[in-house]
Amino acid sequence: MIAYLIRRMLYAIPILVGVNLLTFALFFVVNTPDDMARMQLGIKRVTPEAIRLWEQQKGYDKPLIFNREAKGIGRLTETIFWQKSASMFWLDFGYSDDGRDIQREIGARMWPSLAIALPTFLIGLFFYVSFALVMTLFRATLLDMAGVALCVTLMSISGLFYIIGGQFLISKLWHLVPISGYAGGVQGFRFLVLPVVIGLISGIGSSSRWYRTIFLEEMGKDYVRTARAKGLSEIRVLFTHVLKNAMIPILTGVVVVIPLLFMGSLLTESFFGIPGLGSYTIDAINAQDFSIVRAMVFLGSLLYIAGLILTDLSYTMVDPRVRLS
Amino acid sequence: MSFVPVILWSDALVYLLVAAGIAAAIYVRRHEHLLLPWRRVGESSVALVSLLVLSFFLLVGLLDTLHYRVVLKQGAYSPEVLSVFDKLAGPLRLHVEKTYSAPLAISLYAKESMLDANGRVVRDYPRLKYGGAGIKDAALRDADVARRVGTGALLGLLLGGLVIWISKAERRAVAIALLLICALFGVTLELSCAYHVLGTDKVGQDVLYLSLKSIRTGLIIGSVTTLVTLPLALFLGVAAGYFRGWVDDVIQYIYTVLSSIPSVLLIAAAVLMMQVTMDTHPGWFDTAASRADLRLVFLCLILGMTSWTGLCRLLRGETLKLREMEYIQAAQSFGVSPLRILTRHIVPNVMHIILISLVMDFSSLVLAEAVLSYVGVGVDPSMISFGTMINAARLEMAREPVVWWSLAAAFGFMLTLVLAANLFADSVRDAFDPRLNRS
Repeated sequence: MIAYLIRRMLYAIPILVGVNLLTFALFFVVNTPDDMARMQLGIKRVTPEAIRLWEQQKGYDKPLIFNREAKGIGRLTETIFWQKSASMFWLDFGYSDDGRDIQREIGARMWPSLAIALPTFLIGLFFYVSFALVMTLFRATLLDMAGVALCVTLMSISGLFYIIGGQFLISKLWHLVPISGYAGGVQGFRFLVLPVVIGLISGIGSSSRWYRTIFLEEMGKDYVRTARAKGLSEIRVLFTHVLKNAMIPILTGVVVVIPLLFMGSLLTESFFGIPGLGSYTIDAINAQDFSIVRAMVFLGSLLYIAGLILTDLSYTMVDPRVRLS
Repeated sequence: MSFVPVILWSDALVYLLVAAGIAAAIYVRRHEHLLLPWRRVGESSVALVSLLVLSFFLLVGLLDTLHYRVVLKQGAYSPEVLSVFDKLAGPLRLHVEKTYSAPLAISLYAKESMLDANGRVVRDYPRLKYGGAGIKDAALRDADVARRVGTGALLGLLLGGLVIWISKAERRAVAIALLLICALFGVTLELSCAYHVLGTDKVGQDVLYLSLKSIRTGLIIGSVTTLVTLPLALFLGVAAGYFRGWVDDVIQYIYTVLSSIPSVLLIAAAVLMMQVTMDTHPGWFDTAASRADLRLVFLCLILGMTSWTGLCRLLRGETLKLREMEYIQAAQSFGVSPLRILTRHIVPNVMHIILISLVMDFSSLVLAEAVLSYVGVGVDPSMISFGTMINAARLEMAREPVVWWSLAAAFGFMLTLVLAANLFADSVRDAFDPRLNRS
């Protein structure tokens, strides 16, 4: 088990190197630091001195990959690649354009993100699976068809609609909760209710329908027939046998996103003014702060790979036949 | 008035797609075994009705793709790139009011100071320049609207009846849907001659016109992206599954790297970089339309580059399964070349996966466009799309009383398009998926 974990983590390294090289190519080779400087300082009237000063301030005044002028190991380390890209491996994300330490910002902002994303995820998982189970129990009846029709319709509505409509209805017309904002501790509850509820509603369609498909596929298998032949009730078959066997496909899609919960949701956070990582990313995109975007890309893939490893671990918990070696 | 046709990059890609679609349709028609699953699609009323709705959207999108520029005088073109759809919807495009007006309104939305007949200053709702121009007062408007709805519906129903009679549509659901669409079309056409059916936006543009123009953007995002996705996923997925070994390792490595980056972030990063490149090279574009258009094509390219991994993984898995089949082994032992095995025996047998995944992706791409435009990494702000419409109208929900029609129109059109696409995709999946046992 431990050996397997260590090996998986070693496998992750080449992938992270790939992500790192990709972001490096995207941010520094497609457009050189000169282009960036011209972009940030305004396209037309910009002097070469101003560009050089900007690059110096940001630390972009070095060669890209190989520094001929430096000595020894400095030939590799005194470069943009080493100082801006490779340094992300030890979680040194550098500074944003307004001079803040990105690593510290991430540390502070991931908790509000988690406060929204974790309840949405947990309640959602429970709710969607239950809804799918009900639809499976009443399969091929009017109830099931109505459920599927509801799912398809909900799926077809833009996520933006749920947020804008929800804010308008609940906060503006009915004044039940504040439109946006955030507070820590118990106070924060009233700010969290609406984003969580909207997050739940916008997920019903695709998730429930997907779980229903998984359950229906399991229903056609031999062990279900055996269980029925034994005289088990339909509910018993569904909840103990089918649910357990459907765990593997469900976990495959679900566990991967757990680490990504830290990243929050771009839309929800920016609409509800929650100071999490999602709104941080959106602000960075709008301000064209490339160092933050670069850091988020790397962090995102790091968390995704962690999710993949967690998925494998979760298989051993629900299915004793799976042995990691 | 003479004109020259303009083929923007996205137009060229759409023509390519249409040509490919027609070629595929002709090929399928000639082969009975390929036609069989499509017959199953045709048996479902839901599929036919959604196809009907989709073809209306497609028609608008295609008309909006035929671009041209008016020749002002010898050798000089108008800087404005227009489309056939713009020409057809001329009144809608040109009847620009001062600012917001509600659907079917005859006066502006906000009060203004103006002079009355006696020269005194009064505050009242000013009349619209075009909306209900011939109507004297609000009471007469309702009668006029009712009359127009009546005539429009009647003409629409007649048209619908004619279409049914010509096409001999036997299915009741299809006939009803056709009649409804035609009636709706007639009413809208009749009303839009005199009113702004869905109101006007902040700068007085007709919302109906904006919504119809958005259709093309949505369709292009949903379909041109597949031009990028398809060759990459098909070629790499089948190659990885068939050759295995180091080819498989390399391809798996590439798609694991790409799929490990959360897609919104990867798209954002790529679009930001594209923006920098476009801003530092302003000389590449001769018109504002070609600039916005190239950005749309690049967006499709980026969306395609980030979304081929899922399909590639599916194809790799399926090819791994197929290559162990007896008929492939037989072909191998006969000495058929790998290229021929791939094109003759493997690719036709994974086609259903490709088709299902393409139609399923379409609707999510249309929805993604709106979200990406909100995030600021979508289409060019000057390009009319559902995302830019929602973005512009979003803050108006805070006004008192609420300006709801822009948002409602954008969401309504999007819902119709995506719902029809989803229902059609479901029918296609049901008809093509071999795992579903039919008897």
